[in-house]
Amino acid sequence: MSKRSLRSASGPLEYLRRWPLQAWLVMVGLFLYAPLLTLMAFSFNDSKRNIVWKGFTLKYYEKVLQNDSLIAAFGNSLTIAAISTLISVILGAMAALVLWRFKFKGKTVLDGAMALPIVVPEICMGVAMLVFFAKVMPWPTGLPWPLNLGAIIIAHVSFSFPFVAVVVRARLASFNRELEEAAKDLGAGEFMTIRDVLIPHMQPSLIAGALLAFTLSLDDFVITFFTSGPDTVTFPVKVYSMVRFSVTPEVNAASTILIVFTVILTALAIRLQGAAAVAGGHAPDASSK
Amino acid sequence: MEQSWKRAKAIFAIILGPPLAWLMLFFLIPLAIVWVYSFGTNVGLTEIAFTGTFSNYARAIEPLYVGIFLKSVGVAGLTTLLCLIVGFPVALAITFAPDRLKAWLILLVMLPFWTNLLIRTYALIAVLRTEGYVNLSLGWLWTHASGLMTMVGLSPLTRFEPLELLHNNFAVVFGLVYVHLPFMVLPLYSALDRLDRSLLEASLDLGAGHIRTMMMVVVPLALPGIASGILITFIPALGAYLTPDLLGGPDSQMIANIIERQFKRANDWPFGAALSFLLMYMTFIAIALQAMLAKRKTEAGS
Repeated sequence: MSKRSLRSASGPLEYLRRWPLQAWLVMVGLFLYAPLLTLMAFSFNDSKRNIVWKGFTLKYYEKVLQNDSLIAAFGNSLTIAAISTLISVILGAMAALVLWRFKFKGKTVLDGAMALPIVVPEICMGVAMLVFFAKVMPWPTGLPWPLNLGAIIIAHVSFSFPFVAVVVRARLASFNRELEEAAKDLGAGEFMTIRDVLIPHMQPSLIAGALLAFTLSLDDFVITFFTSGPDTVTFPVKVYSMVRFSVTPEVNAASTILIVFTVILTALAIRLQGAAAVAGGHAPDASSK
Repeated sequence: MEQSWKRAKAIFAIILGPPLAWLMLFFLIPLAIVWVYSFGTNVGLTEIAFTGTFSNYARAIEPLYVGIFLKSVGVAGLTTLLCLIVGFPVALAITFAPDRLKAWLILLVMLPFWTNLLIRTYALIAVLRTEGYVNLSLGWLWTHASGLMTMVGLSPLTRFEPLELLHNNFAVVFGLVYVHLPFMVLPLYSALDRLDRSLLEASLDLGAGHIRTMMMVVVPLALPGIASGILITFIPALGAYLTPDLLGGPDSQMIANIIERQFKRANDWPFGAALSFLLMYMTFIAIALQAMLAKRKTEAGS
C-alpha cells in the first residue's frame, strides 16, 4: 500500500515536489554556498579592496605561491594530517577490534573513555594539550622537520582515533562471527584469523575512517592553536593570523585552493566508495543498488 | 559471541595495549592535570602550586562569569533552535527525495561541513562586514530605488547607512547557525528516514493536513532523533571559540574565549582550568539529560 503510493506520479509524501519546500531548499542552499562561492569568485578579482568586480586576474594566486610561510604552513598541515591519519587508523582499528571482540573487566569504562575525546569541547582539549606539552612532556625545540610537528601530530591522533574506532566498530557489527569460527576450525590461529578474515572485512571502514581522520586533522584550528609554536604553524593557524589582520584577496586565493582541494578529496572518495557511502552511510537505499 | 580475554591473552594485550596507552598518556593524563590545576594557585610567573583551593571556582561564580556562562548557553540554545527550524524542512526534503537525489542532497549539506571552519568563518566576514557583499547589494538597491523615486516625482531617499552586521551578537549567532546546520540536518534525516511512512499516509487519508500531520505524527515519532540533533548541535555551539572570536564584538565573548584568554594572555592557568572543567561539566549534564529523556521515551514506548 505504502509502496504503491510512493511510486505514483505525485504521491502525498513527495514533499520535494512541493514549491514551498523547494523554495526552502534553494534558500538554505544559497545560505550555505553563497558565502563560499563569492569568496572563490573574488579571489580572481583585480581589485585590492575586493568588493567591486574590476576584472579577472591570477595575481593573488601568484602572491600565494610566493608566500613561503603560507606554503610551509600548508605543507605542515598536509604532513600532520597524513601522519596522524596513519596512526589514528591503526589505533582506532585496534580499539574497535578489542571492544567488539573481547569480554573483559572495565570494558564499559574503556568504552566511555573512548567517547570522551569526541564529546569534550575542543577548547578543553586544546588547553589540556597546552598544559601537557608545557609541563609534562615538553616537545624538544629545534628538531628537524617533520619531527618538530610531533606535539601537534600527537594531539591530532588523540581526537581522531576515537572517531575511527566508531566507524570501524559500526562495520564490525555486520560481521558474521561464524566466519571467524570457520577460520579457526580450518586451523587458523588468532593472529591469522584477524589478518585474513577480520581485516579484509574491516577494509571499507578503514578507508572511511582514514578520510574522516584526514579531514578532522586538516580542519582543526582550536587544538592546533594551543599546541603549535612559532615555527610549527599549520594552514588554519596561518590563515587565522592573516584574517585577524584584514580581509585580502590573498586570503581568498589561499582559501580557494583549500576548498578545491577538499572538493577533489571528496570526489576521490565518491569514486572509491560511491556518493551514499561518502555521505556517511546515511542513504542505505542508494548504497544497496 | 564475544570471547573472554583469558582465552587469547597475548593477542588481547597486543590489541588493547597501544590504544589504551595512547588514550591514557595523551588524553586522560593531560585532562587530569588540568583538573588538578583547577584547584591550584599561581605562584610566580610560571609556577603553579597545588593548594586544594576552591578559590578558582569561587571566582567563576562571580556575576561577570556567570553572566558569560548564561550568555553562552543562551547563544548556543538560540543557535540550536534556529538550526532546528532551518534544518527540519531540509531533512524532510531529503527523506522523501528519490534515492538517487538523496545521496547528492546529503552531499550538498555535508560539503561545506568538510570545508575548513576557518575558511567558512572568513567567508562570512567578507559577506557581513560594513563594506561587504550584503551591504553593497543593499546600498545598490537603495540608490536605485532612490533614483526610481525621483523619476516618478517623489523625494529621494536619505543616504544609505550600511547595516552593522559584523562584530556583534547577531553575527555570532548567524555564524554558529551557518557552521552547525549540517550537525542538525543529518541526525534529523536519519530519524525521519526510519519512520513508517504508512503512518503519515494514514494521517493524511484520515483528513489531517500536512502541517497537522507533521506536528501530531512526524514530530512525536522522530523525537529521539530531534533530541540527538539538538545535543549534537548544542555541545559544539556551547564550546565555540572561533566564531565568537572572529565574528563577535567585545560583548559577544563566550566561555571558550574567556578560557583561551586565561591561558594565552592573562596567564592565569588555574582559573582557566576551573572554567574549562565547568564547561566540561555543562557538556556532560547536557548529555546526561538527553540520555535520560531517551531512556524515559523508550520505557514509555515499551
